[in-house]
Amino acid sequence: MATVLRTYEPRFWDRFYIPALLQGLFITLGRIFKRKDTIQYPESKHVPPEGYRGLHRLNRHEDGRIKCVACEMCATACPAQCISIESSPAPWEEGEERYPVKFEIDLLRCIYCGFCEIACPKDAIDLTEIYDFSDYTRDSLVIDEDGLLKVGDITQTGNVYQRHNRGEKVELPLAR
Amino acid sequence: MTTILFYLFSALLLGAALFVVLNRNPIYSVVGLVFAFMNLAAMYFLLEAYFIGVLQVLVYAGAIMVLFLFVVMLLNVQPDRPHPGLIHPDRWWFGIMALIFVSLFLLLIGQGVRALLTSPAEDAAGMGSVADVGEALFTSFLLPFEIASLLLTVALIGTVFLAKKKV
Amino acid sequence: MDTFDLLATIIKVVIVFVTILVTIIILGLAERRVSGFMQYRLGPNRVGPWGLLQTVADGIKFLFKEDIIPDNVNRPIYLLAPVITMIPAFMTFAVIPFGVPLEIAGHTVKLQVADINIGLLYILALTSVGVYGLVLAGWSAGSKYPLLGGLRSSAQLISYELAMGLAIVGVIMVSGGLTFNEIITHQQATSWNFWKQPLAALVFLVAMFAETNRLPFDLTEAEQELVGGYHTEYSSFKFLMFYMSEYANVITASGFMVCLFFGGWDMPFIDEKALGHWGVVLSVLAFVSKVGFFLFLYIWVRWTFPRFRYDQLMRLGWKVLLPLGLVNIFAVGLWMALRA
Repeated sequence: MATVLRTYEPRFWDRFYIPALLQGLFITLGRIFKRKDTIQYPESKHVPPEGYRGLHRLNRHEDGRIKCVACEMCATACPAQCISIESSPAPWEEGEERYPVKFEIDLLRCIYCGFCEIACPKDAIDLTEIYDFSDYTRDSLVIDEDGLLKVGDITQTGNVYQRHNRGEKVELPLAR
Repeated sequence: MTTILFYLFSALLLGAALFVVLNRNPIYSVVGLVFAFMNLAAMYFLLEAYFIGVLQVLVYAGAIMVLFLFVVMLLNVQPDRPHPGLIHPDRWWFGIMALIFVSLFLLLIGQGVRALLTSPAEDAAGMGSVADVGEALFTSFLLPFEIASLLLTVALIGTVFLAKKKV
Repeated sequence: MDTFDLLATIIKVVIVFVTILVTIIILGLAERRVSGFMQYRLGPNRVGPWGLLQTVADGIKFLFKEDIIPDNVNRPIYLLAPVITMIPAFMTFAVIPFGVPLEIAGHTVKLQVADINIGLLYILALTSVGVYGLVLAGWSAGSKYPLLGGLRSSAQLISYELAMGLAIVGVIMVSGGLTFNEIITHQQATSWNFWKQPLAALVFLVAMFAETNRLPFDLTEAEQELVGGYHTEYSSFKFLMFYMSEYANVITASGFMVCLFFGGWDMPFIDEKALGHWGVVLSVLAFVSKVGFFLFLYIWVRWTFPRFRYDQLMRLGWKVLLPLGLVNIFAVGLWMALRA
């Protein structure tokens, strides 16, 4: 296919550049008065799109029992090997026979690929929309079972950041 | 007050001039020369020739010396190494140069002394203002002025001719 | 000079100096906020109300930063260069009048630090000395990028000084004097020089941007090509000195422009001298707002136009601005000859 190259031929008045320069100046001047895209972070936060892969959570059944059966499918699937699970027989009578006594994720090793979520046969682990977790030590960024369950509790009732931007007070785990 | 300032600026001027001549690093010499020109301008100010003083700073210190600096920096001239044996039969022209320099110097000093002895310093009020300089340039010194401008034009054309490969 | 004059001069020096420093602080913030606004951002707004203390915080940061002197710098000149840049930058404003003379207790106080009879040349001379700071800073750093920046600045400033001088000549011709007061009084009596010599005003405006090393002529710093240009190897307080002198130059250049082409402290349609003290206040306000507009223009232009290429810069200076300046002088001379 032939390409038509259009060359720019300045006319006589264009060669003074002044009209073009003024035009440019007024474009930037006009922008001063337009709405700004800045999100003022701690007060309002960016809402990530659906399917965002952030901090992990562990889900519960309606009665409050943990969904996880400590099958270690997620730990096996994990390419970064950041999940460590200790399995134990469940204390409850009916339902799942085993549950995790220890469920730790090293958030600094995790690459947030979401394979654990796909691997899980029980829908017990998910990646949430939470992105702003940070701390000063490596140890505090290893999240334990309680922490993961707490993330699950917080994220059950709709997007955390939408609630934050509406003015609701949302206590995020780990966030400082 | 003026006398004290005069001696101060003279001392600085002479010191800077010596620094220019004696220093082996060309960049230092250029900076020293700029400082010398500044002091010269200050001397003009003391004589109430403000226009000449400002022109001294503007033209010599501001424009010409920047070009000096530019050239020295661009050529990246290294500091001079000390010569082995300054006095040598092969360097007989040193003697002639020194002779010329000393005689010129003596002539200058003699002129200065004679000026001091014959006429006391004239009243310099109004001298060296822009209008005075302009009037002098376009009346009594018109011919030298025009010759100088012609010379500059010739130099300009010559520079363009040398710098351009194809004219 | 009696005690009153001495005292008045000292007070004026302090006021002008403090005002320049405060304006630099405001300008440092305005630069970042206006650039933000033009890019759909907000800019720094956290430190103090509307971020007003941001520049103060930056200044404190500069003071407490480690002062690094690289190994292969030429030490005496490296240390001298920021001083050479800063002193003329703060000295130039001395001759710019910022209001009508004030009458206090039988004394007349000129709102101008020093009224010397060659005020215009004083500014030109000092700005031409300021070049040394940049050139020597570039050379002494002992690194190739600063050296290139220094070389560029020397050539650029000399080229545009010519165009600037030619633009000023037209103004001097019509007002017949080299002091700012003569120029402003003449403009007050007739009309602003901008309306009479728009060509000279345009040439001066462009040369002014080039002389202060601001975009679109900031080839001496050109961070994309030269890292930071002449001040690449400077840190901490020495960098702050370059930074402050750049803004001081911008302020002085704006004041210069206002005095030459926009009537200085002249408020159109109002006779300031008849209004007494209120006239003084009005004239100072007029001057400040005019200078403020040009300070904004500096920022506005910076965030609108891209940088010139070096050969384009030289072509503009020598082949466009210089002939235009000469055309202006010729036209003004012709006009004066025909009227006489």
